[in-house]
Amino acid sequence: MSRFDWLSELLARCEDEHVLVRHGSATRLALVHLLDIDHEDWGRFAEVAQQQGCRWVALWADQIDADDFNIDVCFEYHGDYLVVRAPLAIRQPVLPSHTPWFPAANRPERHLQDMFGIAFSDHPDSRRWTRHQAWPEGQYPLRRDFPAGGEPTDDTPPDSAYPFFQAQGAGVYEIPVGPVHAGIIEPGHFRFQAVGETVLNLEERLGYVHKGIEKTAEGRDAAAAARLAGRVSGDSTVAHSWAACMAMERAARIGVPARALALRAVLAERERVANHLGDIGAICNDVGFAFALYQFSRLREDWQRLNRTVFGHRLLMDRVIPGGVAADIDAAQVDELLRQHSTLQAELDELIPMLDDNPSLEDRLLGTGVLTTETAAQLGVVGYVGKASGIDYDLRRDHAYAPYHRLQVESPLYHDGDVASRLKVRADEIGHALNLMEQLLSGLPDGETHIDWQAPASNAEGLGLVEGWRGEILCYVRFGEAGRVARFFPRDPSWLNWPALEQLIHGNIVPDFPVCNKSVNGSYSGHDL
Amino acid sequence: MLRILNKIRKTGIVTEPVSKDPELEALGIELKRLVDLRMRGSFAIREVDSGSCNACELEVHALNNPYYDIERFGVHFVASPRHADALLVTGPVSRHMAAALKRTYDATPAPKWVIAMGDCTINGGEFGCNYATIGAVERVVPVDLVIPGCPPTPTVLMQGLLALLQA
Ligand code: SF4
Repeated sequence: MSRFDWLSELLARCEDEHVLVRHGSATRLALVHLLDIDHEDWGRFAEVAQQQGCRWVALWADQIDADDFNIDVCFEYHGDYLVVRAPLAIRQPVLPSHTPWFPAANRPERHLQDMFGIAFSDHPDSRRWTRHQAWPEGQYPLRRDFPAGGEPTDDTPPDSAYPFFQAQGAGVYEIPVGPVHAGIIEPGHFRFQAVGETVLNLEERLGYVHKGIEKTAEGRDAAAAARLAGRVSGDSTVAHSWAACMAMERAARIGVPARALALRAVLAERERVANHLGDIGAICNDVGFAFALYQFSRLREDWQRLNRTVFGHRLLMDRVIPGGVAADIDAAQVDELLRQHSTLQAELDELIPMLDDNPSLEDRLLGTGVLTTETAAQLGVVGYVGKASGIDYDLRRDHAYAPYHRLQVESPLYHDGDVASRLKVRADEIGHALNLMEQLLSGLPDGETHIDWQAPASNAEGLGLVEGWRGEILCYVRFGEAGRVARFFPRDPSWLNWPALEQLIHGNIVPDFPVCNKSVNGSYSGHDL
Repeated sequence: MLRILNKIRKTGIVTEPVSKDPELEALGIELKRLVDLRMRGSFAIREVDSGSCNACELEVHALNNPYYDIERFGVHFVASPRHADALLVTGPVSRHMAAALKRTYDATPAPKWVIAMGDCTINGGEFGCNYATIGAVERVVPVDLVIPGCPPTPTVLMQGLLALLQA
């Protein structure tokens, strides 16, 4: 299908359902289609989008003046992205919920409820989500009149009164875990109800690492916003800063040199490989196979060291900047990178088969933590979580942005949806990433690595979309006066994948939770913002 | 199984002096000497993420990879603050983590150290001090040592631990 040729079908459905589309534009938010509707039609539009078969991608709001919000929701269909916008008056901030049609909207709507004071009628769960006790109920940090510094305090009480779901019955007991976990991982709370060893229910409670990222971005110039984007989720620093820069560059209508685009992709693929290597080892270690942990963490360390030598940072932070990249490589360094690819490939050729036919791994990983294709589709999961459950989507191929549009992008697909499948996707993706980097490095365009940033006019807006190692990352940016960011919203893939963990753990044993969790590996920081 | 054993044999021991740099190699040996001398051979650290972007955690993990293998110097990461000699804190202290950090500190037996890792712990780093962050670890618990960097590399972390034991 060519781009957006399904749109007329969707618009016809809108007409049938009496959803009034006031205005449509393919240029205002370049590369995505923008539709303006009335807020009364907000709920009906979700119904139309669901009938069409759209995937729910993201939701954000923006207070554009003293009296009004713009509410944006993004859908994807066949690799095309559609943003639907409705105005909403602050004095009556109520919208119909999209959650009845798209479960993925559940937490994002509660995030808007906490951050903007927008109520969603018919929402099945109106408990707070991002807010704990750092600011009082009835105050909304992302409204313009809320001071960025908040009320100064060194003493924020814990959120002890959060109303968790309860389960009762003979032999049912509860296990609360976190926020501080036993290992070296990010903080969050998990509440299990179990009978014997079997998990009946898991409830996630996140928001512990909420650090005001959306608010802190306001008033920054493009370079400072990119640095912040690179710390939304440190393990995805390249992907997030790329998505933010893409959004800002589209807003400013500036083109990035071909060499910079190729280098961005090399950085993004190196980030993918590093994380997959680390996690393959960690997943195996969670079922007691330490051999893999040591082998794969060794490979990861080699990889990070070359990052440092060639690009100047072990995790590649701040290499993607507005207008291009802050790193260049010469022919000798290209050779060095290519040499590392062959070494890694040779190691993997030896190691991956060992994982494949290790009976104890098989016993613990096959059939563990199953996410069915049906549930995966309902939840709208992305990245390796989707690809392991029959969801065949990869932005690099299906919404090919430069430089991937000129490359041969492969994407693995499995259907069992268990921990073993998620592991296989990640092993396959390392090989595919190596392939992509060969293509990129062998045809590295000459020329500049960046162009000078030009601040866009007030109200210029842009949307960035990048396939990070966890999956699809979206970033929305609107500029205000003097090239300062007025609104920044990064949507990490974890928003869509965290809910899957609550589902796939059902019926598994409590001791398998760590490996199930690691196989999904949601980012806490990327989610909590 | 044989294949696994073979791979182990072929890989050999990659654990290396902290760096090929002889000065740092000496520091590695020095760290071990001080852990032996001051901590009776065992220095237990509890890591607490107080709102980091998670990159600091990646570098803490790296300390356990076979290159650094920090356990060989007697330094190990423990699951409970009750077993810890020191807390290694990352992040700008999100207000939502402030109480948990304080409680973790209280649960750690005295005498104890607090090591603040990363620029975030000094002044909030890129996040600064805002309605959701406190912006410095020392505003919540007393800090004995700051290791700057974003994130500090494993080598810098080890140098930091050494400095703590030398003080
Ligand atoms: S110091 Fe840097 S790497 Fe560490 S948590 Fe803060 S932003 Fe992330």
